[in-house]
Amino acid sequence: MAPTGSGGPARPARDVAIVAFAQTDHLRRTDELSEVEMLMPVLHRVLDATGLKTSDIGFTCSGSSDYLAGRAFSFTMALDGVGAWPPISESHVEMDGAWALYEAWVKILTGEADTALVYSYGKSSPGEVRDVLTRQLDPYYVAPLWPDSVALAALQAQALIDAGEADEAALASIADRSRASATANPHAQVRGSRPPGDYVVRPLRTGDCPPVGDGAAAVILAAGDRVRELCARPAWIRGMDHRIEAHSLGVRDLTDSPSSRLAATHAGAFERPVDTAELHAPFTSQEVVLRKALKLGDGVAVNPSGGALAANPVMAAGLIRLGEAAARIHRGESDRALAHATSGPCLQQNLVAVLEGES
Amino acid sequence: MTAAPSPDLLRAPLVVEFPFTRSLGPVQSAFLTGLRERTVLGVRTGAGSVLVPPVEYDPVTAAEIRELVEVASTGTVTTWAWNPSPRRGQPLDRPFAWVLVQLDGADTGLLHALDAPGPDAVHSGMRVRIRWAGQRTGAITDIACFEPHEGGEDHEVTPHSGEFEDLVTGIVAPARLDYTYSPGRAQSAYINSLSARKTVGERCPSCRKVYVPPRGACPTCGLATQERVEVGPAGTVTTYCIVNIKARNLDIEVPYVYAHIALDGAGLALHGRIGGIPYDQVRMGLRVEPVWTDGGRYPDHYRPTGEPDADYETYKELI
Repeated sequence: MAPTGSGGPARPARDVAIVAFAQTDHLRRTDELSEVEMLMPVLHRVLDATGLKTSDIGFTCSGSSDYLAGRAFSFTMALDGVGAWPPISESHVEMDGAWALYEAWVKILTGEADTALVYSYGKSSPGEVRDVLTRQLDPYYVAPLWPDSVALAALQAQALIDAGEADEAALASIADRSRASATANPHAQVRGSRPPGDYVVRPLRTGDCPPVGDGAAAVILAAGDRVRELCARPAWIRGMDHRIEAHSLGVRDLTDSPSSRLAATHAGAFERPVDTAELHAPFTSQEVVLRKALKLGDGVAVNPSGGALAANPVMAAGLIRLGEAAARIHRGESDRALAHATSGPCLQQNLVAVLEGES
Repeated sequence: MTAAPSPDLLRAPLVVEFPFTRSLGPVQSAFLTGLRERTVLGVRTGAGSVLVPPVEYDPVTAAEIRELVEVASTGTVTTWAWNPSPRRGQPLDRPFAWVLVQLDGADTGLLHALDAPGPDAVHSGMRVRIRWAGQRTGAITDIACFEPHEGGEDHEVTPHSGEFEDLVTGIVAPARLDYTYSPGRAQSAYINSLSARKTVGERCPSCRKVYVPPRGACPTCGLATQERVEVGPAGTVTTYCIVNIKARNLDIEVPYVYAHIALDGAGLALHGRIGGIPYDQVRMGLRVEPVWTDGGRYPDHYRPTGEPDADYETYKELI
């Protein structure tokens, strides 16, 4: 890839596409399944969709979190599901699978692989995800106070309300729209109209927060000629970038997401309008921030899958945004889609990909 | 061959707890020692803004920053969130507001709790001051919380050397997470069978290998395993080691032998302790069987069966 220098998008060195996507039904709990038992059906579905066998895959990359599992090196158990013997070319990110997809994309761009299997999974049900996520905070000044993920999102929501960019009714309408869209998504955990609920941490109500649940997702990437053999209408990755902001919430403008905007610029998102945006906004208020940062107009279908407000399997929800956007292109429902994933408190880290179909 | 019956699903509490011991750099050390002395320090960036809490590198330019200044213990709420149900470890055990507070003299917000009677008593722009903890050790929790404070901003930012007697150079940050762990279908079935003194593996539908303990997947084929197969009870020592260091909380005399044991019919070896034979007489090929203690849910150890040793050819693939 050419150096990006002044910040403009660069044309990737190889044509890479998402050729298959699968996800589990996302459920509040899955006690009857270990992680690998939960994951394996989606691995088989993407392989079946492409006709590939595990031995055909050039590179495998996964995303998950030991803190969710409550166990060290938890991803090694899930590796059983991909057939890791004889040895395979494999890597793991302790992040959402969207970043595993980024690593796989880079691996293919360098020419070291022509196909890649990317998967991620998370079971929030064994622990308290609000407490678990405090462990990603600054350990000196913040984590000792145990501010949970809803509390931090609520600070951001109040900042938006104070700035006049949202009110509680506007947030509730985002929740309504998302869960209405999710009625068409058989995998979603929360579908259809429901009351806004009580405050969890004011100004965020139950309805403004994502459901807690378990789930997994998998994607297959391919390059060049392989793409045509594997998929009738591939979702070409036209660009992808991820950026991060300062760790300390107090130095950031919580009503904006400059890292999303910068990632989108580098991914080429602003070169032409998109028709679809799958945004990883676990809280209603974060969709307000992202719509502004990504300059999404009213004509864009935002989260037609229902988004993270309908299903938020931690560590997979970002990869699912890429998968949902790609699947929409596969089905011919979108020609140019933006997919976004986030990690960290209040949209600290953001990844943006631009996917296109051929007309 | 039949699919495994639905096992009684196992669940157990799992507590992960660790006291993280962290060292502080010069800036964090000065800040946290300052809190112990009721002094709030910030750091000035090259562009002249004051960061509180202070960091060692400018978040914009990444330049090293060391110029400490003292700011006020009063400030202004920049954003807030009312927390009706405090969780374990949070600063107050009654409903409170999370706040970002820009202390007088600072250009950034400090995250903490605000003690207020209710959400109607909190708004962005309100004036607050630090309520110090009675016992202070040099930690962010030396600020017990913020409390409402009438009064304007009249604080001068003054340079500070960052020097204190008896600098705090580290913190211990205890972390505890509670889980309810469930091992899933395959492992639940295995553990439930063990408590009935049966060792049950699962056979891969493709390569036919029998996995013990089963985890629900064949790692070679990447396929779900379902067909349950009873293995053992006897098996063969495929390899072993002699343990000479006593593990804490483990009531086993050293030296003892820890071995890989291929149970009859299993496609791979599991591991267990060998007893009932002097440690220096254990050998590859030794035939062993499990020994259960009363009420034990798994074999306590394996002991020699007295059979002749297995021929190397019969277990060499399982080492």
